[in-house]
Amino acid sequence: MYLDDTIAAVATAMGEGGIGIVRISGSEALPILGKVFCSVKKSYVKGGQIENDAEMPDAKKLFLPDATGETIGLPIENRRLTYGIVTDNFTGEMIDEVMAVYMKGPHSYTAEDVVEIQCHGSIVSLRKILALVLKNGARLAEPGEFTKRAFLNGRLDLSQAEAVIDLIRAKSDKTFDVALDQLEGKFSKKIKEIRADLVDILVNITVNIDYPDEDIEVITYENLVSGLTGVKTKVDAMLATADTGRIIREGLNVAIIGKPNVGKSSLMNALLKETRAIVTSIPGTTRDTIEEAVTIRNIPIKLTDTAGIRQTDDIIEKIGIEKSKESFNKADLVIFMVDNSTPLNAEDYEIMENIGDRKVIVIINKMDLDSKVQRTEVEARLPKAVIIEASIANDMGIDRIEEEVENLVYGGEVKQGDSMMVTNVRHKALLEEASQSLADAIGMAQIGEALEFLEIDVNRAYEVLGQIIGEAVEEDIINEVFARFCLGK
Amino acid sequence: MERILMGEYDVIVVGAGHAGCEAALASARMGMKTLMFSINLEAVAMMPCNPSIGGTGKGHLVREIDALGGEMGKNIDKTFIQSKMLNTAKGPAVHSLRAQADKHKYHVEMKKTIEQTPNLDMKQGEVTDLIIEDGRVCGVITKTGTYFTAKAVILATGTFLRGKIFIGSSAYESGPNGLAASTELADNLKAHGMNLRRFKTGTPARCLGSSLDYSKMEPQYGDEKIVPFSFMNDEVGENQALCWLTYTNEETHKVIRANFHRSALFGGQIEGIGPRYCPSIEDKINRFADKERHQTFIEPEGLDTDEMYIQGLSSSLPEDVQEAFYKTIPGLENLRIVRPAYAIEYDCIDPQDLKLSLEYRTIENLFCAGQFNGSSGYEEAAAQGLMAGINAALKIQGKNPFILGRDEAYIGVLIDDLVTKGTNEPYRIMTSRAEYRLVLRQDNADQRLTEKSYQIGLATEERYQRFLAKKEAVAAELARLEEKTVTPAQANDFLEAKGTSAIAGRVSLAELLKRPQITYGDLAEIDDETRPELSAHEITQLEVQIKYEGYIQKQQAQIARHKKLENRHLDESLDYSQIEGLRIEAVQKLNQIKPNSVGQASRISGVSPADINVLLVYLEKKKRGQ
Repeated sequence: MYLDDTIAAVATAMGEGGIGIVRISGSEALPILGKVFCSVKKSYVKGGQIENDAEMPDAKKLFLPDATGETIGLPIENRRLTYGIVTDNFTGEMIDEVMAVYMKGPHSYTAEDVVEIQCHGSIVSLRKILALVLKNGARLAEPGEFTKRAFLNGRLDLSQAEAVIDLIRAKSDKTFDVALDQLEGKFSKKIKEIRADLVDILVNITVNIDYPDEDIEVITYENLVSGLTGVKTKVDAMLATADTGRIIREGLNVAIIGKPNVGKSSLMNALLKETRAIVTSIPGTTRDTIEEAVTIRNIPIKLTDTAGIRQTDDIIEKIGIEKSKESFNKADLVIFMVDNSTPLNAEDYEIMENIGDRKVIVIINKMDLDSKVQRTEVEARLPKAVIIEASIANDMGIDRIEEEVENLVYGGEVKQGDSMMVTNVRHKALLEEASQSLADAIGMAQIGEALEFLEIDVNRAYEVLGQIIGEAVEEDIINEVFARFCLGK
Repeated sequence: MERILMGEYDVIVVGAGHAGCEAALASARMGMKTLMFSINLEAVAMMPCNPSIGGTGKGHLVREIDALGGEMGKNIDKTFIQSKMLNTAKGPAVHSLRAQADKHKYHVEMKKTIEQTPNLDMKQGEVTDLIIEDGRVCGVITKTGTYFTAKAVILATGTFLRGKIFIGSSAYESGPNGLAASTELADNLKAHGMNLRRFKTGTPARCLGSSLDYSKMEPQYGDEKIVPFSFMNDEVGENQALCWLTYTNEETHKVIRANFHRSALFGGQIEGIGPRYCPSIEDKINRFADKERHQTFIEPEGLDTDEMYIQGLSSSLPEDVQEAFYKTIPGLENLRIVRPAYAIEYDCIDPQDLKLSLEYRTIENLFCAGQFNGSSGYEEAAAQGLMAGINAALKIQGKNPFILGRDEAYIGVLIDDLVTKGTNEPYRIMTSRAEYRLVLRQDNADQRLTEKSYQIGLATEERYQRFLAKKEAVAAELARLEEKTVTPAQANDFLEAKGTSAIAGRVSLAELLKRPQITYGDLAEIDDETRPELSAHEITQLEVQIKYEGYIQKQQAQIARHKKLENRHLDESLDYSQIEGLRIEAVQKLNQIKPNSVGQASRISGVSPADINVLLVYLEKKKRGQ
C-alpha cells in the first residue's frame, strides 16, 4: 500500500509468447537492475556490419555497475535497449540472456523510473528473473498497480480513471480467488501451522512485556532461540519445496504412459504444438523419458513422455523403462493412453493396476480406426478416471484433454489464471522475507537483545506469512494474550 | 419550571474524575473561562479502584500527559508513597513507571491545583441536560433548574451515567464508591440522538491492614532511586509504604465455585461488557479452571488510613462469600472488610461516533472523554480529558484540532484505536498496541510533545525552556562523546573490569557506550574535566539514543513509509457513496467514521487495500478536475 516503494511484475502474459517482460517501477528500479544485470559487448558494429565476438562473455568483459547502483559505469542509457545477461547476484547463477531498457521518470509509463527486462518467454525464466528482482528489494506489484501509479502520477488521461478503478477491482478480486483456490490444500494448512507457532511465541513476548507483574512464566532466550529456530526450519522447508520445483515453481508433473506406439509422443507434440519427440511406429523409439515444460491454459506443466514399460532385453531400452516408472511414480497426474485399434492386453492391465487410485485421464486414441477396445472395461478398472476418446493424429480431442487438465488443477472454477504463477512468486518472496526476519530475530535472541526489539522481527514474519493466506494481523495477538493468560489488576 | 441563568462560560466540563480534571485544567490554561461540574466535590480526582498510577503503557501515557502540560504526572509526584520502574530487565522502550498513590492526598492536591488555577471554576451539582441549538451545544442544565451557557461542553461522566452496582443478587442505582448515579442526563443524551451502550467494570474489597498477618506475605519494595513522573521534577520524595504479595489457593477456588450461582456476573443480571484484562476472581476461576493459584498484591490506600486494596480479586459475589473466600488466603485469615467488592455497570458511547479531536460527530462543540468513550483506567481517561480540553479550546479559538499521530504518542494510538477501530470492551492501553513502540518511549515524551504543546499555548514557558535546555544538553553531550576518544592505555583496564573486550586503537566514548556492559555513569572513570553534570532525565535520553540508534533508525524509516498515506487528507464532507468502485461495506464504514486521512481509512476494518486504491484514484481525479 505504500506509495513510493519500488514494484515489479511480469508485464506480459505468462507462459505465452516468445518474449516475456519483467517490469520494475520506482526509485530503486535502476539500482536493482544494476545488481542483477551485466551488459555484454558480444556483438558490435564494425564498418556498417554487425560483427560477432565469438568468445562467450566472461567476468572481465562485463560492464558491472558500481555497488551503489549509480549509473556511473553502467552501460545503460536512458531509453536504449541493452543486451546482457541476468545473473543471480546471490548465487552467481546465470539466468537468461536479456535485453534491458531503462526509462527515466517522468518520461515513462508510470512517470517513475522504469526498467524493463525482456527475456525468453518461458515461465521458468520469467519467474526466476522476477523472483531475483523481488529478492533485491522490489515489492511484487498489486494487480493494476503500474496503471494506478501512472494515473496517480498524472500520466493517464482523466477519462481513464474509471478503467483504472475497474482494473484495481477486477484483478484484485480475481487474484484473491485464485489465491484462495490454491490455498485449499496443504500449502495454506502448513502456513497456518507455522503462524500458530509464531502466535505462541508472540503471545509470550507480549505478555512478558505488558504484564511484568503477573504470575506468569518468564520467557527465556534459550526458549526463544529454539522456538524461533523451529519456526524458521519449517519456513525454510517450504522454501526448499518452492525451489525444487513441484507445482509451485515448475508446475504440475504430468506423466504420459501407455504401451509402445499408442501415440504418446504424438500427444506430447500436440500439446507442445511442435514436433520434438521422435514419432515413428517402431515400438521403443522413445528411448529415454522426454521432459518438456509446457503451459496448458496458462497452467505450467512438466510433461513427461515415458518410454513404454514393456518387458525387454535391450539394455538401453531397459534404462528408459526404469526412468518411465520413476516419473510415473512422481507424477501429480497420469495420462494413460490406450490404442483403440488393438485390444487391451496384459501390458495395459498392468498399467491400470499400477495407476490404482491416482488422478488419471485415460485417452482412447486412434478413434478413427476400428474399435477393438470396450470403454466400459476401462471404466470398470479405473472408476475415477476421466475418459476421453481422441484421435491425436487427426487433432481430435486435444481440446478436451486440455480442458480436463485445467479442470483438475482448478477444480473447474478458474478459467484464466496467469495470476496463479504470480501469486506463487509472491509466496516465495514472502516466505523469503519471513525467513530473513526470523533469522534476524534469532540473532538478536542469541545475543540477549531486549524483547521489544526482536519482537519487531518476529511480528514481521507473522505479518508476512499472514499476507500469503490473506489474514490480517490486527488484534490477533492481543486477543490471544487474554484468551491464554489470566491477567488482572 | 423557570430556568435561572447562573453563569456564562467558554467551556463546561461535566465530571471531575481524571478525564474531567485534565480537560478543565487544559481548557483554563489555554485561556478559556472554564467551569467543571461534579456530583460531589469529594469525587474530584477520586481513585475508586486501584491506588496506583502508571504501569506498562499507562506510565507512558502519564509521561505524555505531563509533556503536554497536563497535571497527572505532577500530582502523582506530590502524592506517591511507593514508586517503581517496571520492566527494567527489558529494553528502554518498555520501561514503565508505576507509583502507589495516597488516594486521599491525590484528590486533595488535584483539587487544590484546580482551586488555584485562574479561569477555572468548580461546582458541586448534577448536570441533567445539554442545551443544543441547531446541532451545536451551547450550555448545560442542572438538576436544580439552573443553566449555564458555554461555547463548548466536555462530557466526562466516568461510571456515573446510569451507574448500577452489583453485589451478589442485589443491584442498585449508584455511582462509584457509594456516590449518587446520574440518570436524567443519560435519558436526555439519548433524546439528543446519542447512542449509548452498557459497559461494566469492578473493584475488589478494601480491608483493614491491622487485620492482616504480613508474616505470611512477601513484601514488595519500591525502587531505591526514584524516577519522577514529571519532566518538571528532578527529585521527588521517598518510598513510605510497602505492598505485599500473597496467593489464592484451592480452598479459595472451592468457596468461589460453590457460590458461582450467587454471583451477579453469572446470574445474568449484568448486561454490560466487562474488560478481559480486568476480570473478577470468579471470572478468572471460571475461565482458567486449571490454574492452581492467583496472585494478589495487598496495597495501601494511603498514609492516613489503614485501608488496604486487595489487587486482582474484584468480585460481584455476595458479601458473605466475599468474606469467606478472602479469608482462605494466607495472611488474610482474620481480615476485616470495610468496603465490599462490587461490579458496576454504566452508560458510555461508541467511540466510533467521535472525530479524532474527540468532538462528537453529530453535535458540534460537544467533546467526550474517558470511560464515557469506552476506555478503562485513570491514565487513559486523563489522556483523553487533556486532548478534549485542548481541542475544545482550539475549536473556540477557531484553530485546527490538535491530533497526535500513532507515530507521535501513545495518546495518538489510544484515540485512533478508539475512534477508528472502535472497542467492544473497556479499552486499556498496552505497549503492544503501539506499532512504533521503539520511538514512543517514556524517556523521550517531552522531546516528542512539549514543543507541540507550547505552540498551541498549553505548555508553559518554564516547561518549554526546560525542554530546550535538555534537548541542547543531550545534543551537546552526544557530540562531545563522539568527539572525545580514549587510547587503549587509558581504557583497557576499565573495559576489563567491566567485563568487555579491550580496544586496539583510539575509540570514541560514544562507541564504548554502545556496549551493553557500559553505562554513561561508568564512563566518568575514563572521561576528563569536560564532562558535564547531567540530570537523570538527560542521561537516560542520551544512553537510549546512543545504545539503540540502529533500531530507532529502522523504526523511523518504517514511519516515513507510512507518512504519505497519513498526510493524505480526507475531507469530512466527502460522501463515499458517490465514489465509484468502492465496495458497499467500505462505503458504509467510511461514511460512519469519516476518516481524517487515507492512513486512518486504511485502518478501518472492512476497508480493503483495493478500496484504498480506488480512493486514491478518486482523489487524484478530483484534484485534476479542479
